[in-house]
Amino acid sequence: MAETESIDIHQYLTFKLDDETFALTIGKVREVLDFTTVTRVPQTPDYMRGVINLRGSVVPVMDLNRKFGMAHTDKTVNTCIIIVEIDMEGETTILGALADSVQEVLELEPDQIEPPPKIGTKLRTEFIKGMGKHNDEFIIILDIDKVFSAEEISTVQNVFKQEEVEA
Amino acid sequence: MLDQQREVYKEEARELLSELEDSLLELEESPEDSELVAKVFRAMHTIKGSGAMFGFDDIAAFTHEVETVFDLVRNGEISVTKKLISLSLEARDHIRSLLEGNDIDLTKGAALVKSFQALVPSKTPAVEETPRTLPAENLSANSEAAATYRIRLHLVENIIFTGTRPDALLRELSELGACKVVAHTHEVPLLADINPENCYTHWDIVLTSTRGVNSIKDVFIFVEDDAELKIDLIDDGLSSDDELDYKRIGEILLDRGDISKEELEAILSQNKPIGQKLIDAKKVPQEKIDAALNEQEMVRAARQQRQAQDSASSVRVPAERLDLLVNMVGELVTVQARLSQAAASRDDSDLMAIAEEVERLTGELRDNSLNMRMLPIGTTFSKFKRLVRDLSGELGKKIELKTVGAETEIDKTVIEKLNDPLVHLIRNSLDHGIEMPEVRRQAGKPETGTVLLSAAHSGDSVEITIEDDGKGLDREAILAKGIEKGLISADAHLSDDEVFNLIFAAGFSTAKVVTGVSGRGVGMDVVKRAIEALRGSIAIDSRAGKGSVITIRIPLTLAIIESLLVSIDGDAYALPLSIIEECVELTAMDITNAHGRNLINVRGQIVPYISLREEFGIFDAPPTIQQVVITHHNHIRVGFVVDQVIGQHQSVIKTLGRMCKDVQCVSGATILGDGNVALILDSNQLAKKAEQMAE
Repeated sequence: MAETESIDIHQYLTFKLDDETFALTIGKVREVLDFTTVTRVPQTPDYMRGVINLRGSVVPVMDLNRKFGMAHTDKTVNTCIIIVEIDMEGETTILGALADSVQEVLELEPDQIEPPPKIGTKLRTEFIKGMGKHNDEFIIILDIDKVFSAEEISTVQNVFKQEEVEA
Repeated sequence: MLDQQREVYKEEARELLSELEDSLLELEESPEDSELVAKVFRAMHTIKGSGAMFGFDDIAAFTHEVETVFDLVRNGEISVTKKLISLSLEARDHIRSLLEGNDIDLTKGAALVKSFQALVPSKTPAVEETPRTLPAENLSANSEAAATYRIRLHLVENIIFTGTRPDALLRELSELGACKVVAHTHEVPLLADINPENCYTHWDIVLTSTRGVNSIKDVFIFVEDDAELKIDLIDDGLSSDDELDYKRIGEILLDRGDISKEELEAILSQNKPIGQKLIDAKKVPQEKIDAALNEQEMVRAARQQRQAQDSASSVRVPAERLDLLVNMVGELVTVQARLSQAAASRDDSDLMAIAEEVERLTGELRDNSLNMRMLPIGTTFSKFKRLVRDLSGELGKKIELKTVGAETEIDKTVIEKLNDPLVHLIRNSLDHGIEMPEVRRQAGKPETGTVLLSAAHSGDSVEITIEDDGKGLDREAILAKGIEKGLISADAHLSDDEVFNLIFAAGFSTAKVVTGVSGRGVGMDVVKRAIEALRGSIAIDSRAGKGSVITIRIPLTLAIIESLLVSIDGDAYALPLSIIEECVELTAMDITNAHGRNLINVRGQIVPYISLREEFGIFDAPPTIQQVVITHHNHIRVGFVVDQVIGQHQSVIKTLGRMCKDVQCVSGATILGDGNVALILDSNQLAKKAEQMAE
């Protein structure tokens, strides 16, 4: 992993969730799609929007807004699906992340990135790789592997199952 | 290049070894069968011969010892005993380990060689004799086409003077292949004039051989100067599409120059079989006609045989290529669905016609390419024979494994994944099911227990049953264990089915003593999970004292299924068509009449149902008329309530990936004609839920 980061470390894809700007290192991004029909999958956590047909393979789509505890992403003309490659228990998995709009590809030098703040963000700090500064605006650089780690998924699913039992 | 050949040899040797195993096991049952002995010998011989050729010297040397013994068996000098079979099986395992190059136990090999050598009576010279037949003869025999030659041999009269023996020549020739010889004796003078040291005969020989013309010439290499030798290729052994019939007798004789064209035509104008006519007319002596007839017969036979071989010929293709092909066909099916949908919406009759044509072709292509991956399940059955043989010896029981339906074809990947569960189930039957011989005798059963392994097609799935005539499941022991493990409450009233199904629960094992064979408590739940991973189901039925039957149902293929598309709240879902019995309407009236119970009356039968809307947490008001899809699961009927039934669909199964691996009720996804994704419902899971709800 260290190697891929050293190659792509300076380039980031920025996108908006609600009115906040986030970024992903470009090495993780496979492509960006327009919003298409998403098929719901029953009995999944509500941040999982469903699955789409990506040229013949079935790829799950996650709603980052919901994942970070914000409002449900509404579909607009700008809504995009960012297809990312994440590392899950040593295996590469493809999934789509729903974003309100995709901005641009930026170059950020390491000195433009600060370590994640301990307090002051709505997000859990382990999801954040760093805070980038660009045109006097802060960009939250996500650690997407952590966001969709196997643990994350299974804890949420357990919670979901418990809810189901309680209901 | 050599590496590649070695790989091919390995592949072949593996096949031969499994064939060998089968033959040995069969031979054990019918030790007098000389065909089987010959088969074993041939397998050994080929392994040895080609092993030596490709540099597997250790295999060749080892196999040689075994082959020697079987040569003696073949000649009736040693009889087939249980000991011999056991030794041979061990030897077969040893060859296998030599071949794979792992866990080679040289001391064991040496011990085996000793045991085999001990079997050879010391007086027989067979040990020295066999190596002569060693080299590659067997290899080339299969690789080259058999050609038929006409050989005319005229030896000079004083040939015997030079020490040449014509009979030896002919014998040597006959070793090259199927051979018919006609001696022409009309030149032999009257007894008074005969010089016993002269050779008056000449020969017409028709030979079908794979060795090529040079090896024929080699036979006559020392008499070249003293003989008039004519070798003609009359059938090259390659073209098989030409007609079975060979030239007519007259043409043959004409070819050979035994008759002139004019003579032939003159005779032809008469109306008898040509051969007879020629003899009658004394144009050609009887022997010549015989020789010609022989030629005709031989070539016909050779061509006939070749045609039979051609039709059964096969091509080796790596499994990955087939998988790739099936994947591509899967894509094609998806695209075809899109085409059909687009054509239907366009109201263009030409386009419709094309779309229909494509649909038909795609269907055929799909069936054919899926068929290519089908293998007879018998390939695994034969492995179990060995398993049963070894295990019954270990357990001190007498058990016979019978198999039925070994020719049933099933997807290769399914067969591979079925192996472990089946091994486990058979082990269980042997260990827990079949009793010791004394116990069986006391119970009035034959001492030898029987395990019947059968496979048969039913619909688009395969049903595999494992049936034993042992003591059956112990209902009380299972019940007690279930209560002890906290799987059921002590006062539960369970049907036999429910009790027996407890053995599939995790960590369940009733065996009091853990044996080496089974009973480690990781048994049946693993089997059940493996079967369910194949989208199959498993059920058990048992009668105390009579035995148990385990039934496994597995879909034929894992790649593409026929399914029924339904819609729930605007989303499409697919249900496997194989489990669906019928669809009935469910009106608001029906629901009120059922007084809150999820039961529907289907032509007098009460069927429990579950609402998939509720199951999926969709709480909007359902349409006034819903549909119930009635399905069957191991004789239990369950209905699934959906909004609408859309129709039939060829579903190419896609996995949902790791993110959705914990999602119950969904076993995969498929892509619809409009490019959207539909989920394939896991009917087993849903049925289980329905059962729980019904309780």
